[in-house]
Amino acid sequence: MIKQGKAWKFGDDISTDHIAPGRLFHLRTNLPELAKHVLEDADPEFAQKMSVGDFVVAGNNFGLGSSREHAPQVLKIAGVNAVLAKSFARIFFRNAINIGLLLVECNTDMINQGDELELDLAAGIIKNKTQATKIKATPLPDVMIKILNDGGLAKHIEKYGDFQLV
Amino acid sequence: MGKTIAEKIIGEHSGKKVTAGEFVVANVDVTAVQDGTGPLTIQEIQKINLEQAKNPSRTILFIDHAAPSPRKELSNAHKILRDFAKKTGAILSEVGEGVCHQRLVEDFVNPGEILVGADSHTCTSGALGAFATGMGSTDVGIAIALGKTWLKVPETFKIDVHGSFQQGVYAKDLILHLIGLIGADGATYKALEFTGETIRKMPMTDRFCLSNMAVEAGGKAGLIASDEITRQYLISRGRGDKFRPIDSDPDAVYERVINIDASKLEPTVSCPHTVDNTKLARELNDVKVDQVFIGSCTNGRIEDLRIAANILKGKKVHKDVRLLVVPASREIFIQASREGLLEIFAEAGGAINTPGCGPCVGVHAGILGDDEVCLATQNRNFQGRMGNPKGYIYLSSPATAAFSALRGKISDPREVLVK
Repeated sequence: MIKQGKAWKFGDDISTDHIAPGRLFHLRTNLPELAKHVLEDADPEFAQKMSVGDFVVAGNNFGLGSSREHAPQVLKIAGVNAVLAKSFARIFFRNAINIGLLLVECNTDMINQGDELELDLAAGIIKNKTQATKIKATPLPDVMIKILNDGGLAKHIEKYGDFQLV
Repeated sequence: MGKTIAEKIIGEHSGKKVTAGEFVVANVDVTAVQDGTGPLTIQEIQKINLEQAKNPSRTILFIDHAAPSPRKELSNAHKILRDFAKKTGAILSEVGEGVCHQRLVEDFVNPGEILVGADSHTCTSGALGAFATGMGSTDVGIAIALGKTWLKVPETFKIDVHGSFQQGVYAKDLILHLIGLIGADGATYKALEFTGETIRKMPMTDRFCLSNMAVEAGGKAGLIASDEITRQYLISRGRGDKFRPIDSDPDAVYERVINIDASKLEPTVSCPHTVDNTKLARELNDVKVDQVFIGSCTNGRIEDLRIAANILKGKKVHKDVRLLVVPASREIFIQASREGLLEIFAEAGGAINTPGCGPCVGVHAGILGDDEVCLATQNRNFQGRMGNPKGYIYLSSPATAAFSALRGKISDPREVLVK
């Protein structure tokens, strides 16, 4: 599967409060509405400026903080193709895979705001078309690939009636 | 080869000997959600026709983040939890009962058990010698429905603490110091095991404070061996029969060992907007505070309130400071009332609020104005955390918070405590 889109660059330590802030707690049962505010506290205009299929590109420890699954949910609903970061916080990492939001761990230093990216999932390669460079992604653990391939954890359990992961 | 606490507990729950790095499916003893994550949990398992609780008497739904509800959308979210409890027999912890992590240690979690909770600070219960970890709504939903989850057995960092705290220095200063040392992602995916003579002498309230903040270094769990202090705590909670000793083996394999001399620590403060941005309280004397919050699952226990009340007794908070006090649970509220602590806070000019998360989550009860500064005893100071991305949050111990409320600026509590 090849995915193409533009890079939106963020820094280190983008928290779930940046992605889906607590002051919008009341919108958690209305995810399409909450998604209109995705990443608002990191970049107030991001939701308006981004296009469906774009990539969020960040530094270390993306998604730290609260366990709120609403954070990966709103990124997915907003149409973010994948999040590329040098590292991810643990709970966010699980949550994203569970709901079918693609995460790519890679060196994002070589990606600038607005670069055109092409992600080749099977090969684990990110092509930066603007810079004419290629970046290798860290492979996901097998367990998580199985969950992603089944369309998320709920779908995996629906399919097998139990965990069929290890 | 010896085992860590994480390896032992996860091994017991997956029916085999396990080693760090392995992936397993493990049985779960206790599951928990709160009003921010629970509605989505229930919706996710409804979608796949799994709206059930495998162990209803050990499935707890907490209404603590927005309690009492400040808006109709949240009132309706609370109804989803109440309906699920009625349908499945799961336990509901209502408005005013307290913040989930405090309620979990008070009445629900025992040594050697696995708890998964849809809240990142679920690691608090690790202080009881339980493997307790935070996950998202779907993971916990499946754990509620099936009584199990998948886990990667984490590598462990041993945090070996020796020496006694100076007067005015507390467990909160230790954990802030540690996070400052290793960074907000210093222990990502890892279990922390707190050990050493300082921990072995430490009362449960301080152990809870340490375990609570393991996630602020990225940790998956904050584990402490269960011992006589744990046993006495469980007896005091009517669960003495649930005690069992849980400890790592002397030859357990650790990924990293960090030694800390508690006697060298000073009152420590996390500065905006990350918990690892730590400085000493005495270096921050020019930071004026608009709001001081004493409470939360980190530092809203009776011992915390006593420390704060001791500093505030017979005094008034600075004229430019709002003091908010939120006992972590109803029982703590009642105890604080019996001891006259609530009166001390009120007379000092404080506002006392419903047991629960209080202003820490930014939903209600103390949202910051633009450019305002809050010094809080909570665990997190991210941008926007207290409801306004233009606010500034500093984190400290209850003693630093209380003394700073009197001074109107961040102040080292040793000034008043060390005579």
